[in-house]
Amino acid sequence: MSKKLLSTVFSLSLVAFSSGTALSGAALADEAADIAKGTEIAEEWDRRDWGFGDTESHMEMQLENRHGDKSIREMRQKTLEVPGNDVGDKSLTIFDKPRDVKGTAFLSFAKIFDPDDQWMYLPAVKRVKRISSKNKSGPFLGSEFAYEDLSAQELKKYTYKWLRDEPCGELQCAVVEQTPTYENSGYTKMITWYDLSEYRQQKIDYYDRKGKLLKTLTSSDFKQHLDKYWRPYDMYMENHQTGKKTRLVFSKIEFQKGLEDSELTKNTLKRVR
Amino acid sequence: MSNFMDRLSVNYAKGIIRWRWLVLLITILATLGVASGGRFLSFTSDYRVFFGDDNPQLNAFESLQDVYTKTDNILFVLKPNNGKVFTPQWLEVVQDLTEESWQIPYSIRVDSITNFQHTEAVEDDLTVADLVEETGGLSQAGLDRIEQIALSEPALAKRIISEDSTTTGVQITLQLPPDDAVALDEAVKYAENMAANIEASNPELEVAITGLAPLSNAFPAASMADMSTLTPLMFLVIIIFLVAFLRSFTGTLGTLLVTIFSTMVAMGAAGYAGIKMTPPSAMAPTIILTIAIADCVHILVTMFHEMRHGKEKRDAIVESLRVNMQPVFLTSLTTVIGFLSLNFSEAPPFHDLGNIAAVGVIAAWLISIAFLPAFIAVMPVRVKPVVTGKSSVMERLGEFVIGHRTKLLFGMGLIVVGTSSFISKIELDDRFIEYFDTTVPFRVDSDFTRDNLTGVYQVEFSINAEESGGVSSPVYLAHLEDFANWLRAKPEVVHVNSITDILKRLNKSMHGDDDTWYKLPEERDLAAQYLLLYEMSLPYGLDLNSQINIDKSASRMTVTLDNVSSNDMRAIALESTQWLQNNAPGYMEADGSGAAVMFAHLADRNIKSMLSGTALAFVLISLSLVFALRSLKLGLISLIPNMVPAIMAFGVWGLFVGQVGLAVSVIAATSLGLIVDATVHFLSKYNRARTERGESSADAVRYGFRTVGSALWITTAVLVAGFAILSLSTFSVNADMGLLTAITIALALFIDFLLLPPLLMLFDGEKATAASTAPAAPAE
Repeated sequence: MSKKLLSTVFSLSLVAFSSGTALSGAALADEAADIAKGTEIAEEWDRRDWGFGDTESHMEMQLENRHGDKSIREMRQKTLEVPGNDVGDKSLTIFDKPRDVKGTAFLSFAKIFDPDDQWMYLPAVKRVKRISSKNKSGPFLGSEFAYEDLSAQELKKYTYKWLRDEPCGELQCAVVEQTPTYENSGYTKMITWYDLSEYRQQKIDYYDRKGKLLKTLTSSDFKQHLDKYWRPYDMYMENHQTGKKTRLVFSKIEFQKGLEDSELTKNTLKRVR
Repeated sequence: MSNFMDRLSVNYAKGIIRWRWLVLLITILATLGVASGGRFLSFTSDYRVFFGDDNPQLNAFESLQDVYTKTDNILFVLKPNNGKVFTPQWLEVVQDLTEESWQIPYSIRVDSITNFQHTEAVEDDLTVADLVEETGGLSQAGLDRIEQIALSEPALAKRIISEDSTTTGVQITLQLPPDDAVALDEAVKYAENMAANIEASNPELEVAITGLAPLSNAFPAASMADMSTLTPLMFLVIIIFLVAFLRSFTGTLGTLLVTIFSTMVAMGAAGYAGIKMTPPSAMAPTIILTIAIADCVHILVTMFHEMRHGKEKRDAIVESLRVNMQPVFLTSLTTVIGFLSLNFSEAPPFHDLGNIAAVGVIAAWLISIAFLPAFIAVMPVRVKPVVTGKSSVMERLGEFVIGHRTKLLFGMGLIVVGTSSFISKIELDDRFIEYFDTTVPFRVDSDFTRDNLTGVYQVEFSINAEESGGVSSPVYLAHLEDFANWLRAKPEVVHVNSITDILKRLNKSMHGDDDTWYKLPEERDLAAQYLLLYEMSLPYGLDLNSQINIDKSASRMTVTLDNVSSNDMRAIALESTQWLQNNAPGYMEADGSGAAVMFAHLADRNIKSMLSGTALAFVLISLSLVFALRSLKLGLISLIPNMVPAIMAFGVWGLFVGQVGLAVSVIAATSLGLIVDATVHFLSKYNRARTERGESSADAVRYGFRTVGSALWITTAVLVAGFAILSLSTFSVNADMGLLTAITIALALFIDFLLLPPLLMLFDGEKATAASTAPAAPAE
């Protein structure tokens, strides 16, 4: 805070004595401070999740279109933490509903800048296919969640800039602008509300390629695991442009079940149940 | 009663003259007060305004769009003048355009040959990627490969790329806020600027823009063009007519003020009522200008006639109002009834037109019986002495009609029947592209698109599967495939977009790109898993939600048609529904919908809805004539000249033009209110001569010709000119309506002069024989 105060004093004194160039220099200094602050907040959010090891969750996805039609999908997800900031986590998603895709399994090794490594097991042909695609911004199972919204959130996938602090519900939140650093994102930026008590992502606004507000994700029903790790059990995504909505409800999230790296390989994919 | 009305009119006229300054002041203040509502006027820009909220085709289409995605679109069409688009240069242009198109406001999806999601198998890897990634390093072999893939891909060929590879499209799907002219204009303008920039930097490239968004945006442009060019033109014509016929500065100025005030009041009232202007309702100012003149002309012609015969100005005003109060009221009433009957129309823009015009006609009546006499009373009026030659033309016409009445009866009867018989040649057609004439860029670009790339009319089907997830069922897919093939075999069908093509392509790619596997997957779970796999690999905006509903229990089939008539379009939609009924499981039954289908049904539905409106207007108008003339016999006789002109006009149209759309449905009702005016004026003079002066039928006909003959000429000429000006509109519904109404009004005068008098002498002429050869009695 004092750094910001200093820079403000500094910029004011410059304004008093010199020209517009100096003013923009001061603005740049301000901007650098905001970026530093935003990054600090994100780092704190990331740090608080260190050491979670692995998780296993059950979730139900509730889709609704403008017409009011609803549709349900169910799946399980196993995530293995890969320590370090330069590699992403590994995750395995197994689809349970609808019936036609039951047993389909999707394995993903998240990368920071390159396309993720992805394999899919199709039980109908009992074969594993490696999927080569740069795209991670398409809708996940036809929902309003894009694959990139659900895949591992890695610190280095974005640059951060603090915008302001403001109340969010009963809490106080830092509002941070995040810009994707990887190619082929569907977004130009995201605005994320981190609560300052536990550094949880309470709400995210997604902006499309035109810079227009596209979607809002509101997370709620946070529960703490192992006295440390917070997870939302309810994630509600609303598309402001199409009027479609998706709610993702977790029925169970378990931590440190002892998931092994060797369980998440192309070869084991066929055997997952 | 008649005397009572006359006394009332005389006292009223004297009151107006006494309080003339107050009347002038009140009229101006009231007009300005109401006219201030004009600041709320705006133009609508949604093609959906042509359909009422309960229109079944509109509702079907809206719910289809809610289930899948919106169909408001912009289509860029690019055609280099030096051959194929598969060159590094042009592919780069297409790729840049595709990328930039995401910046078009409200865009949610962009489809082109470069971002087409091509699937390819390499051993056990499945690659999903843009068909064109890097344009710079493309070899000829690479270009050939891209061309071959694009042309053999059913989703692209004849939709995004032409068969001869010389024209390609970039398709943008928009999610626009409903009826938001600003948003729409923003999106379309943005696209137009992009097109202009591409053309500027690539002179060898022709770029056209079409789609439903440019269509919608062409409506306000057409409305504004009509209001800004036709209305002033009408003013000019009015001034010429008034100067020529009235030969009086004060008369001309007074009439102009009445017409302007009436139009201002009507448009101001429309503003207060929150009406949004559409091309049909944009005709209202021109129509009101035209109609408002008639009242003034009748009042002024009588007044000048009296003054020429020696009456002092104020006495002439009183006398004119005495004889004209009733017919002017009656003609205004019938015109109002005619316009109000437009509320029966299926198309809401016609409700607005009817209501605005009705308000304008009421205002014109009030202003011409209050403001006009007061204005004349304070302004200097000079009249030349009697011009005998002029009235004698009408008198000679009267003598001719009386002398040849039997021949005329038969001759006119033959003409009426003969002309009417051509009604059968009228063909209803509402191709919305052709609503705009070839001076409108939207029309030019749409024609270019149709000639070079793809059709512009689309029929959409939402085809249900048996249950949730049922789109993957082999039975469903097989029938869908048969349906698509049946449609593709039709000569009118340019393109069919179906999910079966995606599944066939995936099946092939999952089998190492082996062409023998280019067929539908045979197991339901396999198809579902393919779709899941494919969906996971698609980029932002290119998802399957536009073709498959969220429950995977229905899919959308989009059929693009060539330039077919409304009839053919309805036929194809109907045959398609029947094909599904006969050849597919019951749950797959679906009706075609879409903008083109909606317009194809519009004229038919409108004619049906206007039948009752027209009948009601006819009954009300005839009743008011019977009541006003206090003669059932005259009322019944008047049915013929009131009914016949519209029928003949349709016949003339059938003979010389043939095709007509939406406009045809409202002509009978609106023109009825106008053509009846001439009948009213003639009959009221005839009746006055018969009852007040006890004249014979033939003498009463003479009196009619002498007293209102020239006024009818003038008013008819003005009305015909006014509606003929509307026929210059770039919007065919307006142009057709203008021309048809002009023909109807001209024919009405023809009938009123040549058929009505013989009919009167036939049915009302027992005492007429002796007087028929006698010379006309002097007036008054």
